[in-house]
Amino acid sequence: MSTLEQTAVRVPAAPAPGAAEPRRRRRLRPTQWIGVLFVLPASLYVVVYQLVPVVYGLVLSFTEYSPLSRSGPEWVGVANYFALVGDEDFGRALAVTGQYVLMVLPPTVAIALGLAVLANRPFRGIGFFRSALYVPHIVSLTTVAVVWLWMYSPNGLFNEALTGLGLPPQSWLLEEDTAMPAVAAMRVWKALGSNMVLLLAGLQSIPRELYEAASTDGAGAWRRFRHITLPGLRPILTYVVAMDIIYLAQGFAELFILTGGGPLASTTTVNYLIYTEAFQYNSFGSASAMAFVLFGFIAAFSFLSIRGIAGRRS
Amino acid sequence: MSAPVAAAAPARGPGWRGAVRGGWPTRLVLLSATLLVLVPFAWMVSISFTPEEQAFSSVSLLPAQPTALNYGHAVTDANLGRAMLNSLVVTVVPVLTNCLAAVAAGYAFALLPFRGSTALFYLLLSTAAIPGSVTLIPLFLMAKGFPLAGGNDLAGYGGTGLLDSLPGLMLPHLVMTMNIFLARQYFTTANPDLAEAARVDGAGELRIFTAIYLPLSRPIVAVIAIFTFTGVWDDFLWPLVITQSPQVQTVQLALAQFLATGTVRYGTLMAGAVLATVPVLVIFLLNQRHFVSGLADGSVKG
Repeated sequence: MSTLEQTAVRVPAAPAPGAAEPRRRRRLRPTQWIGVLFVLPASLYVVVYQLVPVVYGLVLSFTEYSPLSRSGPEWVGVANYFALVGDEDFGRALAVTGQYVLMVLPPTVAIALGLAVLANRPFRGIGFFRSALYVPHIVSLTTVAVVWLWMYSPNGLFNEALTGLGLPPQSWLLEEDTAMPAVAAMRVWKALGSNMVLLLAGLQSIPRELYEAASTDGAGAWRRFRHITLPGLRPILTYVVAMDIIYLAQGFAELFILTGGGPLASTTTVNYLIYTEAFQYNSFGSASAMAFVLFGFIAAFSFLSIRGIAGRRS
Repeated sequence: MSAPVAAAAPARGPGWRGAVRGGWPTRLVLLSATLLVLVPFAWMVSISFTPEEQAFSSVSLLPAQPTALNYGHAVTDANLGRAMLNSLVVTVVPVLTNCLAAVAAGYAFALLPFRGSTALFYLLLSTAAIPGSVTLIPLFLMAKGFPLAGGNDLAGYGGTGLLDSLPGLMLPHLVMTMNIFLARQYFTTANPDLAEAARVDGAGELRIFTAIYLPLSRPIVAVIAIFTFTGVWDDFLWPLVITQSPQVQTVQLALAQFLATGTVRYGTLMAGAVLATVPVLVIFLLNQRHFVSGLADGSVKG
């Protein structure tokens, strides 16, 4: 209880000294308890359903466990992790995941940045552009993938366009060469709007005076972009790239709908492999190990990208 | 703290005044980009009104003989009637719990600090960076072993727990760490003098929160409600993992399931896609301002 009183004393003293003092102190003690009470439901929940699962998952990754078996998890030490090192499927899935991120991230950020620069001007109807471009972001990956499944179908939009141009139709999602780029194209389309809105918010936090000063000093459009816009965008760009990496590296629903991880595992990402390993082959232990390796990669790459973009300044 | 304000209302930010006026080339590029982005949705709607026998082969943006039959099929054959209801229940409950628990917690972290509250806040916040695949399997086992549910005993053994049930679908979404963060950021910029004045007048803490700060916090409550709604409504992997029976299917799952059964019926499928999209689209259009500002808040602030 002494801790509570200690903190209570730190609160600015009452204007009237003497008689008011003890009463005030008494009233502030419940304040602290009420703070605890306010925080309690949410904190308890987050600890039980967000933090405990991480520890639980880590423990599982050192075990062999099938949810169908009568016995509980069986401790196997780092065997699951060692097995992953030589596992071709896992290595392939890691490569596919990296490929997916690399196919989606650079075009998305580049196009979104271009659109944001264009949209950072006042004219009638700009709100419409912003909202319309944002719509793909709020629609679920499942729904969006269903629509693109039709667009890639034999008589879908893309093949109709090809035939219209006199080119042979493609079986986009069924060929090893085209399946991944096809899914990636959908993801670029979906991520464009949210990236643009964030970058636009970043653009508008850059003081206008900087541009005016640069213009009067005779700096051209490119130099203004290079020396004012890009440095000013750094914080938000860091955030956008890190978030993109985190989301893209966990791609699942779109692949489930569009390709089912195929053809020939060419679109089986780590997350997809974790799903099949855990819920089709019932190997909870090795699936957990995969999840933690993926976690490590995501953490490392987001950290590197943050350092790469924002690091030089700090 | 002017940057967050600018970010929260991009259209009125300081960068707006005196900006270069957008010429026709700019508008043209933006317009074509917007049209390109909206094309898939146009086809989605169009095919949903195209008779099924034509939907497989024909491609015409305006169906020659528009029909609403596909929507009936989506509701019955693709189980979307039941699934919409399930999704609504499974989504609305987390929206309410997030608005209550996450907002209360964010408020206390900002304005009713106690010893260790900062450390606790950062501990909770750290979970926001954990990928869903890490917690998927443990959460599945925790849902399965939920005490006294689905035939389980007090220790969580013997039954199926919350697997294949609506409460199980809600389980991982009841409080999202990001929402606590957003609420805290919001209340950090609120005026603490209001509470101080009310305290001097003898108002209780609960009253100060409900009568003074909660009404002020409507924008952030809206953002939290919207984020939670779209997040839970759009979720796919968790429902896929913990449900089996059609009675508890969510919308996204019903779509995927319908796709997996036999030949693809694009007319019905697109009608289902439209139905799955309408709720989030309505929420978005009604709250565009909050939506975009909330997105920016989560990143620029903090």
